Amino acid sequence: MLTPAITDIEQLKEHPAIERLLRWSSSSVEGAKFDRDELSVNIERSFLREACALLRDSTDCPFNYLSDVTCVDWYPQEPRFEVIYNLLSIPKKERVRLKVRLGSDSPALESVCSVWPSANFFEREVFDLFGIRFSGHPYLRRIQMPETWEGHPLRKDYPVEGYR
Amino acid sequence: MAHLASSIALEPTQDRTMILNMGPQHPSTHGVLRVVLEIDGETIVRIMPDIGYLHTGIEKTCEAKFYQQVVPLTDRIDYLCPMTNNLCYVLAVEKLLGLEIPPKAQWLRVMMNELTRINSHLVWLGTHALDIGAMTVFLYCFREREDVLRLFEAISGQRMMTSYFRIGGVALEPPLDFFDRVRAFADRFPSKVDEYENLLTGNPIWGMRTKGVAQISAEDAIALGASGPTLRGSGVDFDLRRDMPYSGYENFNFKVPTAKEGDVFARYLCRVRELRESIGIVRQALDGMPEGPVKADAPKVVLPDREKMKTQMEALIYHFKIITEGFAVPAGEVYQAVESPRGEMGYYVVSDGTAKPYRVHMRSACLANLQLLPKMCEGKLIADVVAAIGSIDIVLGEIDR
Repeated sequence: MLTPAITDIEQLKEHPAIERLLRWSSSSVEGAKFDRDELSVNIERSFLREACALLRDSTDCPFNYLSDVTCVDWYPQEPRFEVIYNLLSIPKKERVRLKVRLGSDSPALESVCSVWPSANFFEREVFDLFGIRFSGHPYLRRIQMPETWEGHPLRKDYPVEGYR
Repeated sequence: MAHLASSIALEPTQDRTMILNMGPQHPSTHGVLRVVLEIDGETIVRIMPDIGYLHTGIEKTCEAKFYQQVVPLTDRIDYLCPMTNNLCYVLAVEKLLGLEIPPKAQWLRVMMNELTRINSHLVWLGTHALDIGAMTVFLYCFREREDVLRLFEAISGQRMMTSYFRIGGVALEPPLDFFDRVRAFADRFPSKVDEYENLLTGNPIWGMRTKGVAQISAEDAIALGASGPTLRGSGVDFDLRRDMPYSGYENFNFKVPTAKEGDVFARYLCRVRELRESIGIVRQALDGMPEGPVKADAPKVVLPDREKMKTQMEALIYHFKIITEGFAVPAGEVYQAVESPRGEMGYYVVSDGTAKPYRVHMRSACLANLQLLPKMCEGKLIADVVAAIGSIDIVLGEIDR
């Protein structure tokens, strides 16, 4: 029994995360989607770190916990990568998902380690498996694959069996 | 993964310090975790966990499987709580499908999930105590764990890699005497927890090895992404089962144990109390177990009963279609989190409308919890590293995936 997704930002303004972001800068939000009881907000890439800090420090609904950082490769579409941040507000028991699209020519993004130190391992994993560079990361090195590994295994143009 | 010295700076940073390599094959790291320590005498200056030795690319493998074929893979992420992983994955896919689950399946899932938590905490308690030097507890814990594994075997046919939860319900009706066996276990178990506590909680040696060791404040725990008993041991009262209920947990009454001190002993207390709460939930599930089917009425998604396949043409066709072609899942994305024995286990599943998941990502509680290790250990003694690693209850299969 799926209800249709809401993508009209006017209808989603009530949500604390969107309300806070729009009050700060209307150009930071590229779009939003409320689907299957979950809210995703597309963030313009240059605003990401500040948007995260803003949501963490929000007074009425502080998203003080970074659950997860991951990435989806939409190869061969462009912009190809979608980096995903799953935020949780422990006091308000609210979740929001931030998304940033990155093209294959410059898959780089500002690190959010300064906002949540927990991003450290998550971003290293995204770097390792997708090849996204996080500027300002304290220790951006491969975490799962060996240091000498070539390629980024979770990219869609990387064969499941690996290169032989 | 550092097969090469280059991946972690192996040079001491000061004149009087040296580098000590612990693992990847070390009895107290619960798998293949390598920890590089820089030490000044017995004091730790720097500690760096090095992971990836068990990386098998499960996330990549999932992308090449049908949705129902991913369930057995989720077992293998964490060998101590297979059903928690099953549950998280099937809930995510059911959310994508918009599928309603019959109440009996939900209650069975809750019951089995809590037995899984008991199983996992028993292994944790046994090995953690063994690490610190209390041998007897290990044998006691494995005695009760054997009972839980026998229950798993009775209901699913497997002791460890159960794959009992399926998209749309559970695999099978439980066998006839199953609930009686669970009740017998639930009656017996609290006195066993008393036995463990008699050995440890008031024991002065245990207290000296755990109290005030590897402390972490609530702010640090939240900032570094801790969850589960590791977070609650620092006084943060947050449990996904109670605060963001899933799979019918809102129908159950239970307390969420917390402790303020944030040390190894506080985390120990949280988990031991959770054992008692879990058995309470199991008892409630037994008392209120609804009647009815254990699978949703969704023939395109749920495999038909074997009996029906012998007499009904449609059942046979659906069976053939699901096995050979899978089933299409409407496009979309879902992040489903459950409270695993170790913390927030999350599955992020993206569908592009085909029969295979476009992306499956597992948010590993242990990976985030492991980031606390430097904060816990730096400036402390080497011997406390073992206690600290044990107290965050890591499973390397889940960290590396």
